[in-house]
Amino acid sequence: MNEYELVIGMEIHVELKTESGMFCGCKNDQSLDKKPNIYTCPVCLGLPGALPVPNKKAIDWTIMLGLALGSEISEVSKFDRKHYFYPDLPKGYQISQYDMPLCVGGFVDTSFGRVRLHRIHLEEDTGTLKHTTLDGKRVSLVDFNRSGTPLVEIVTEPDIHSSAQAIEFLKKLHQIVRFVGISDADMEKGSMRLEPNISVRVKGSTELPQYKVEVKNINSFKFAAAAIEYEFKRHVALLEDGKIPVQETRGWNEDKNATVSQRVKEGASDYRYFPEPDIPPLRFSKEYINNLKSKIPESAQEKAQRYINEYKLSKAQCVGVITTPEFSNIFELMVVEGTKTSGVTASDVANWLINKKSSMANLSPEEFITKLIEESKTVAVSDDELNKIIKSVLFENEKAVTDYKSGKETVIMFLVGKVRAQLKIDTARILSALKKELIS
Amino acid sequence: MNKNLLDLSILELSERLKTKSISSVELVTESYQRMEASEPIIHAAITIRDKKEALGKAKNADETRKTDSHPLHGIPYVVKDAYLTKGMRTTAASKILDNYIPPYNATVIDRLEKCGAILIGKMNMDAWGHGASTENTDYPVTKNPWDTTRSAGGSGGGPAAAVALRYVPFAIGEDTGGSIRFPASWCGITALKVTYGRVSRYGAIAYASSLDSVGPTAKTTEDCAVVLEAIAGIDPYDATSSPHPVDKYVQGIKVSIKGKRIAFPLEYYKEGLDPEIKTAIIKAREQFVSLGAIVEDVFMPLLEFGVPVYYILAPSETSSNLGRYDGVRYGGTRELFTKETRRRILTGTYALSSGYYDAYYKKAQKARSVFIQNYTEILSKYDAILSPVTTISATKFGELLDDPVTNMMMDVYNVTVNIVGVPSLALPCGFTQKGLPIGMQIIGNMYGEKTLVSLGASYQAVTDWHKKIPRGENS
Amino acid sequence: MKGSSISAEDIKKIANLANIPISDTQAEELTKQVDVTVSYVSKLQELPTDSVVETSQVTGLENVVREDIVDKSRILTQKEALENAPHTHNGFFVVDAVLEEHE
Repeated sequence: MNEYELVIGMEIHVELKTESGMFCGCKNDQSLDKKPNIYTCPVCLGLPGALPVPNKKAIDWTIMLGLALGSEISEVSKFDRKHYFYPDLPKGYQISQYDMPLCVGGFVDTSFGRVRLHRIHLEEDTGTLKHTTLDGKRVSLVDFNRSGTPLVEIVTEPDIHSSAQAIEFLKKLHQIVRFVGISDADMEKGSMRLEPNISVRVKGSTELPQYKVEVKNINSFKFAAAAIEYEFKRHVALLEDGKIPVQETRGWNEDKNATVSQRVKEGASDYRYFPEPDIPPLRFSKEYINNLKSKIPESAQEKAQRYINEYKLSKAQCVGVITTPEFSNIFELMVVEGTKTSGVTASDVANWLINKKSSMANLSPEEFITKLIEESKTVAVSDDELNKIIKSVLFENEKAVTDYKSGKETVIMFLVGKVRAQLKIDTARILSALKKELIS
Repeated sequence: MNKNLLDLSILELSERLKTKSISSVELVTESYQRMEASEPIIHAAITIRDKKEALGKAKNADETRKTDSHPLHGIPYVVKDAYLTKGMRTTAASKILDNYIPPYNATVIDRLEKCGAILIGKMNMDAWGHGASTENTDYPVTKNPWDTTRSAGGSGGGPAAAVALRYVPFAIGEDTGGSIRFPASWCGITALKVTYGRVSRYGAIAYASSLDSVGPTAKTTEDCAVVLEAIAGIDPYDATSSPHPVDKYVQGIKVSIKGKRIAFPLEYYKEGLDPEIKTAIIKAREQFVSLGAIVEDVFMPLLEFGVPVYYILAPSETSSNLGRYDGVRYGGTRELFTKETRRRILTGTYALSSGYYDAYYKKAQKARSVFIQNYTEILSKYDAILSPVTTISATKFGELLDDPVTNMMMDVYNVTVNIVGVPSLALPCGFTQKGLPIGMQIIGNMYGEKTLVSLGASYQAVTDWHKKIPRGENS
Repeated sequence: MKGSSISAEDIKKIANLANIPISDTQAEELTKQVDVTVSYVSKLQELPTDSVVETSQVTGLENVVREDIVDKSRILTQKEALENAPHTHNGFFVVDAVLEEHE
């Protein structure tokens, strides 16, 4: 039996979190629970006579992403029409980019090797389709709220050779996208979507396989790995049998834990691309690009370096607080507040945030620092003071003491609680002091 | 009771309205009288606004008029049914949009509304702009007011007939490959194909996006100039609309054309051009000379390639622009497209398809550069080019329908103007022996509409072709 | 590519791409018409354009963009958006079930 390896190219779509649409001023509302067709206009609904005007921020953000990923920014770029018919595509064409994308090249390094990027371009998203039955007939319900949302498409070279590498690549890319600050890139909500193009070849071969299978409907990193693994086995089985896997689109089926055939691709689709006549071309000067470069927020790596240098955090602590840009910003606010009050170090703040994340992160910096100091006041209480309170609690709770001494060990927590109500200190300390007292 | 008010110019009407010697109510009443009298035969309109509603607008205009009101305040007008009008049916003359009521106004409609003009009709055309005779409409065909057995031209035959019959003082047409100039010539009126980008296309049902232009058609150059000033200018909703400042076009009326240089391209006047048309334009040339202009023969040998370039670009872009009509969000379904429209969609799809794109669409875009170079060369030495508009005068119905090539050749004088993007003023310059109007066009530099206005107005000051009105059985 | 002959098979493929339903009789007539048209425009091959760059925009404009601001004046209400549709349900547009997967 031959040894095989995966050859994977990824196509990733990222919805930008701009205020308005790619080519119109419709609200770009990323929440999920809204009513259908409430954010449309003549442009994104594809009404007769409507015309597109591009969103400057969407263009700038795409360039910034390209810069963060090491891409070349095209001096001249343009939009093109990509034609196909589908009910969620109102104009019968998608305004996208064909041969002059905003960004060319780029890369993401992984522990398995570099994954090169082929290109990054900007386009508009389509509406959404829901399947259901109405009056006994199978129908599709169309919602155009999402139509016209700015969408960035990132295409890699076929440099990914394992599911582990794929996941590492995706996690790194996901983090970069989030830290450039252009999208929430939430796979479950659909603001980041991915399609691996998978093929398999004999290990050691450098030629690209003659086929590839596109897999859709993947909405988590976990499923991406599972789908890749499934396809690997499936392709290997076919190849070992002397067959070539059919070039097609398959969908990941969560319930079956398998990919399912959706459509056979007869060669490339004919999208009849031509330059979008309604939108003049874009030209970027070096100054413009450099200005955008200076606006790129700190990356996760840059933050970590700074926290290690400035705040003396450990690498582990960095991983704990640099989860999202928002969370690391909260951390920094807390640190600023904390340094106003002496004794609270960045490390303290980090530990508290990491250990009590959900309950603490919503507090204002002042509230957070106050609470942190309060709960840390354990050191201020002497053993004498503690024993005095313990004695009075035991005196007032005779029954509990009797119960404990007769074997009901859990009762001690009730007594701990009573002590703690009077003394906000470490419960472990209370517990050990109580036990001592009860034995005596 | 005033009669034939609608034979007056816009500026004259505006004067009398301000001095209150006439009222908008009278004007609009006269419009409806004329429409009621002629429409059963002419079919210039697809949709006529409810009379009560229009009169209500007129009354309101009379009550709100001030001394500094816009010249178009309270003036009735019609538009080619390619412009979206909020709450008022818009069809592009196709069954697909037979019940379509738009939720928004085209920018040109908004601008005219702001001036106080009163829209009273959506006029007939070749469906989607596809044609030169208005016979490709899904509604009753518009008749030529000069001879009702003949076509009014196209694709804007409806607005042209409306202006010829003086239903209204002006109409908004649309020109992609001659659609405003061609019917103007066959109906004996004036029309302005503007510089591409001069007037916003937002809300104009797209035919060919890189060629479509929005412009006025009226009895005279002066009327066209008044309307142009009101509608020209950049629009944030149209990324191809120009930031070029809007000239005071009306001032161009008084400007002398002495010393203005006009090019006369010899290739345009060879075989294929009706001799009566040739004679009429040569007379016009002499007229320009007597007015002090300098007219010189030039060579523009690319003429023969204009129609092939156009019939690659336009069908390609229309095949794309018509993709949105899928019957999901509005309108009927695609089997309702007419034969002619299907021909253009399929030709365009072919020209854009993989394997053919380079040889057709891309090649046509290259040819476009060559044409631009050629025009720029000529227009750097001349203020305008004098050209015919049509090869023949109004044809009888059915003559044009079956042969696609003859059909396409009709556009020979018009299409290169759209391909390059320059403006052109079409105006009447004679009649055939059979009494059919003859038109010519003056093609200018990009944003050179003011010069065209000077040339047109000077010509119309010493001729009276534009004053002739088709009357008799049709009035 | 001088005036290449288009077959009825070609027309059916093109009609499919263009999403235009055509019957067999329509296909026959359209094949002739489109073929004549394409042959005629193929004349363009005679015009030399070797070192010429295409023009897609006669305006010469570049970098026409808009700020990232919500334009409330153009947003349609759900009612307006659905008003002209032949078939709607609970705020959605309705179409027959689509079997083909999205591109």
